[in-house]
Amino acid sequence: MARTLITVPSTAKRGEVIELRTLIAHPMETGFRPGADGLLLPRNLITRFSCRYNGELVFSADLHAAMAANPYIAFFTTATESGTLSFSWEGDHGFAQTETVSLSVT
Amino acid sequence: MRRALWLILLLAMAASAQQARRSGFDDMSPSTQAMQRDDAQNPAMLWAQDGAALWARAPSPSAQACAGCHGDASVSMRGVATRYPAYDEALARPVDLAMRINRCRETRQGATPFAPDSQELLALESHVALQSRGLPIEPPADVRLLPWRERGEGLYRARIGQLNLSCAQCHDERAGLRLGGGLIPQGHANGYPLYRLEWQGVGSLLRRIRNCMTGVRAQPLAAESPEFTALALYLAWRDRGMPMESPAVRP
Repeated sequence: MARTLITVPSTAKRGEVIELRTLIAHPMETGFRPGADGLLLPRNLITRFSCRYNGELVFSADLHAAMAANPYIAFFTTATESGTLSFSWEGDHGFAQTETVSLSVT
Repeated sequence: MRRALWLILLLAMAASAQQARRSGFDDMSPSTQAMQRDDAQNPAMLWAQDGAALWARAPSPSAQACAGCHGDASVSMRGVATRYPAYDEALARPVDLAMRINRCRETRQGATPFAPDSQELLALESHVALQSRGLPIEPPADVRLLPWRERGEGLYRARIGQLNLSCAQCHDERAGLRLGGGLIPQGHANGYPLYRLEWQGVGSLLRRIRNCMTGVRAQPLAAESPEFTALALYLAWRDRGMPMESPAVRP
């Protein structure tokens, strides 16, 4: 499991625009770089990030080789109802991770 | 007369500019500064988070976790990192924070020490150093450290490598100028272990110094070597009073 840091307000008012910030530990190896032995390091990228709010997709992004290691993704959504936000990262070699955070809307 | 006054003023300004210490933070781009200021953006917090988990976990069922003796790190480790390297009675030499963690691991936990600059060691170091963030660096006033610090200053001022350069020639005499496209910083070690964008990961002061030493084509210092500890001691004394930024972000 990769380490993640997710910053989400625990409570929000209905209709409020909230910022969701995520950080995940990942090498984002491009597949173009040689290692210490001179051979190319195999590509190891996160290729897709998505965020679902009570099952509904609110944000997604495709990631590519030019992105730095440990990608930080911040975005906004409107708080509509209490529930869970699930953040998932998918990538090469079957990499898949999902983290959920609960949000209470008043 | 007026010209002489101007000259004196200029000289005074040059002298004060040399004395004003600038953390590497002050010379970073606003976006990199924002990265360090905000814990949600600072990737080094991933290592610190890992360190917090290691702090609470016993290395083996028979041994105690760090937290078993030291308790809550935010209380017991507050300000500890500002005083390292410090003198170790048992080894009869100064040790830096990484060495202290490894000695504790060996003697009190009966576990094998972490490899220098390993992810686990950097994580624990980040977790401990984070508790001193914002506190001024306070090298201990221990007379036994004096010869070591002097030796460290000697190393700082000694020309090394095929390029025949000393640390002081860049970081004291030419700080603020450029080396190629990059700004030469004053070389204050107030944020280690830190996340370097170039490394795409967290690294220690040892790694940074070894980097510089290979840069001037010198034989890099070994981890836990007396020379490295002496140099780290001198750097801590040089940075005394500066606030700790660990875990910092640098370009």
